[in-house]
Amino acid sequence: MEYEAVIGLEVHVELKTESKAFCSCTTAFGGEPNTHVCPVCLGLPGVLPVINRRMVEFGLRTALALNCTIAPMCKFDRKNYYYPDLPKNYQISQYDMPLARNGYLEIEVDGEKKRIGITRVHMEEDAGKLIHVEGPNGDYSLVDYNRAGVPLLEIVSEPDLRSPEEARAYMEKLKAILEYIDVSDCKMQEGSLRCDANVSVRPKGATSFGTKTEVKNMNSFRALQRALSYEIQRQIELLEKGERVVQETRAWDEDKQVTYTMRSKEEAHDYRYFPEPDLVPLAIDQEWIEKVRAGLPELPDARRERLVRQYGLPEYDAGIITGSRALADYFERAVALFPDAKQVSNWLMGDFLRLLNAQGLEPNQAPVTPENLAELLKLQEEGVISIKIAKQVFEEMFATGKGAREIVQAKGLVQISDVAELTPIVERVLASHPKVVEDYRNGKEKALGFLVGQVMKETKGKANPSLVNKLLKERL
Amino acid sequence: MELFYQSAYEVSRLLARKEIGAEELTRAVLDRIEGVEGQVKAFVTLTPEAALEQARAIDAARVRGDDLGPLAGIPMALKDNLCTEGVRTTCSSKMLENWVPPYDAFVVKKLKEAGAVLLGKLNMDEFAMGSSTENSRFFPTRNPWDLERVPGGSSGGPAAAVAAGEAFYSLGSDTGGSIRQPASFCGVVGMKPTYGRVSRSGLVAFASSLDQIGPFAREVTDCALVLQAIAGHDPADSTSGDLPVPDYLGALQADIKGIKVGVPKEYFVEGIEPEVANLVRWAIDRLADLGAICEEISLPHTEYALPAYYLVATAEASSNLARYDGVAYGFRLPGKDLVDMYVKTRSEGFGPEVKRRIMLGTYALSSGYYDAYYLKALKVRTLIRRDFEEAFQRYDILATPTSPTVAFRLGERITDPLAMYLSDLFTCPVNMAGLPAISIPCGFSQGLPVGLQLIAKPFAEETLLRVAYTFEQATASSRRWPQLGVVA
Ligand SMILES: [Zn+2]
Repeated sequence: MEYEAVIGLEVHVELKTESKAFCSCTTAFGGEPNTHVCPVCLGLPGVLPVINRRMVEFGLRTALALNCTIAPMCKFDRKNYYYPDLPKNYQISQYDMPLARNGYLEIEVDGEKKRIGITRVHMEEDAGKLIHVEGPNGDYSLVDYNRAGVPLLEIVSEPDLRSPEEARAYMEKLKAILEYIDVSDCKMQEGSLRCDANVSVRPKGATSFGTKTEVKNMNSFRALQRALSYEIQRQIELLEKGERVVQETRAWDEDKQVTYTMRSKEEAHDYRYFPEPDLVPLAIDQEWIEKVRAGLPELPDARRERLVRQYGLPEYDAGIITGSRALADYFERAVALFPDAKQVSNWLMGDFLRLLNAQGLEPNQAPVTPENLAELLKLQEEGVISIKIAKQVFEEMFATGKGAREIVQAKGLVQISDVAELTPIVERVLASHPKVVEDYRNGKEKALGFLVGQVMKETKGKANPSLVNKLLKERL
Repeated sequence: MELFYQSAYEVSRLLARKEIGAEELTRAVLDRIEGVEGQVKAFVTLTPEAALEQARAIDAARVRGDDLGPLAGIPMALKDNLCTEGVRTTCSSKMLENWVPPYDAFVVKKLKEAGAVLLGKLNMDEFAMGSSTENSRFFPTRNPWDLERVPGGSSGGPAAAVAAGEAFYSLGSDTGGSIRQPASFCGVVGMKPTYGRVSRSGLVAFASSLDQIGPFAREVTDCALVLQAIAGHDPADSTSGDLPVPDYLGALQADIKGIKVGVPKEYFVEGIEPEVANLVRWAIDRLADLGAICEEISLPHTEYALPAYYLVATAEASSNLARYDGVAYGFRLPGKDLVDMYVKTRSEGFGPEVKRRIMLGTYALSSGYYDAYYLKALKVRTLIRRDFEEAFQRYDILATPTSPTVAFRLGERITDPLAMYLSDLFTCPVNMAGLPAISIPCGFSQGLPVGLQLIAKPFAEETLLRVAYTFEQATASSRRWPQLGVVA
């Protein structure tokens, strides 16, 4: 039987507001343990939360970018459970009256566009961090509350995703949007972007849902895709064997590349949600919504369309370039100085991204500035350096942060376009390869390439290739 | 009259005229405490040195000619669930026995700014759960009128201290009657302001949607003075009202002609002591004599208030008290693992009544029971609020007994939680509706004080004070204070 997967994602995003959700402590990452804390985020007796308006604004920005309907009135609730990283043993969250509902975002997989529904977007506070220590007199745990109270958004998708690839595309698109609207650092490794998945499988074409499992602990896009593939396969195998899928929470083991049972449905928490009595319901008027909407930047889809329209970029290139706001910004800065957009996008999608990824850098952290890249492309266009040299220079620029012209001059990489200088070399090559010359004259076109290569070798790649071609042909 | 039984208003005039110094006044009260505290046992923590130091600072300021308010230099004390920087705040619980807050509650800040002299922290039912102060994990407080009887609760310490002359005024908290019922039992004035009139910031929470801080005093004037000092908006408490604070002292005119008083018949039901009912009816007749228009009315949902109150209050409490887990502060009993530590810490750290309420509240919020209990209680709460709203369309004030009985004997109800919960019968509907109410003495039954409860519209504390003041002035001749044998 053929099966299809049904996947819904629950994403947690740490908002990069200056201060925490309900107190004025900094949200800065790192810091000595328990230094970014106050009585409120420590949950000391008698203290009360106060809503950070910036958190709501970031939430609104996100909800609008995800095409959601904003609730005119929302409220906070308490989610009750005991865990030492939770100072009050309840989390202030939103239950039945979230900030926003009914949105969507668009993904594209294998050239096919698809709209994925967003069920809801709500605000809540983060927990602290436990550090487990093995001591000589037994193991113990330490708790760091620096992260406790940092504002989070939970973004819940509809179960509209049908494959791990779609899930990954959804996460990548969501990350791009969150970066564009500048509400989060979106670092999966540091935990500022986290994702849980609800997964089930069913016979292809069925309309009812199979039993789902919840998969947690996926710390990268790749982990998400692999964990989902594994889990889908596991569920299909169970069904094929005539067994059933057990509703439970499973965790992804990155080392073993498997999912394993974390807790069964019976052990599931009863969170005993009830309205947070320390906060009053939050009214969001149309004026506020419109003000936030007016301040939204151009979003990835719109920018992609514009890059196609304005620079004549192919759809594919525009998609990759706008996948990250920083990359698109980089592109536009470079194109402003070197207007051959396709050339710029080729460089960005090729060597630039390759080197960035190898070093784990973001486009705005690249050692090569857009100005430097434009300079390099100009040198190539003017014929000062060859494409081959340009690639070599680019690597050097990436490694040292130096400018293109500086490197070309320092290393004497300027292209040889002087006929008088090249002629003796060309003649020497022809003289030493009579057999190849013979082949060419007998109609073997390829032989020319060999001869060009020999001249390039002699000049350490600096010879102007079109001039070499011309000089060779004149003599053949 | 002895100095320690003077009103705060009166000693404030003595201080202003420099007929007495704050240090002298504080010493007089400390002497009184030394004389009677062994019998009353109102204080959990006494801070005499700090009090004298504060008093001397006020005296120095007065000599300098600083502009001092009416409360400057007057000794007072606080219920031990109000956070005091540097002074332990126990909630009369083993859980917080040695916990010293690094901050002052909003009201404490306000009183310190007003130059108040803090004598110490007062006993209460553990985490404000109880109606007799017998649930204190340290010791029960005694009723100054009869040491074999309870002072009421949960603010038993604050009520008893004021009644016994151990402080000129005190602050308590009222979640279902915890100020008014002990005020009634101890024969003092106790006010629960409107929910939102006084910031809850720094009040250790019992049930956040019901808790409110308010004053105990021996006279209505003092109550107005203290309310003036502690009322007002606090950005740190989102539920505090952003409204101007009226001139409460200015509201104290002895004139209630034409004021319309509703007397809800549901508050004179079976179970109320006949003499209590008679005294309250007598008091209402006095209001009529003074020109008020008194009519019987009905608040039809009153009988559902108590069960609904106990669901809302315990549900919130179960969450509010979850933080006392032995992890970051407070009492901890080590265990073999995390859950074992939680269980041991909370089993030992909390007393039986607190545990009972946590269990009740956890149950009421549990999936499968939420709709039947918690949600239904919220609906009842809306009905109760509506009852009051309708009544206040026609009446300025409602008059009821504060408690169905006078102070009961120590140990009489402690083993019967349901009987104990009945103490809140007439007071908890007010918290459910978030209204202001005051209890003022209206006579004695078997030598024990009886309280008249007056209830007003939201933020109409002025009306409450005015009616209470008028009644107090008209009945002043029958005022008296408990006779406590001073231990030399
Ligand atoms: Zn904080």
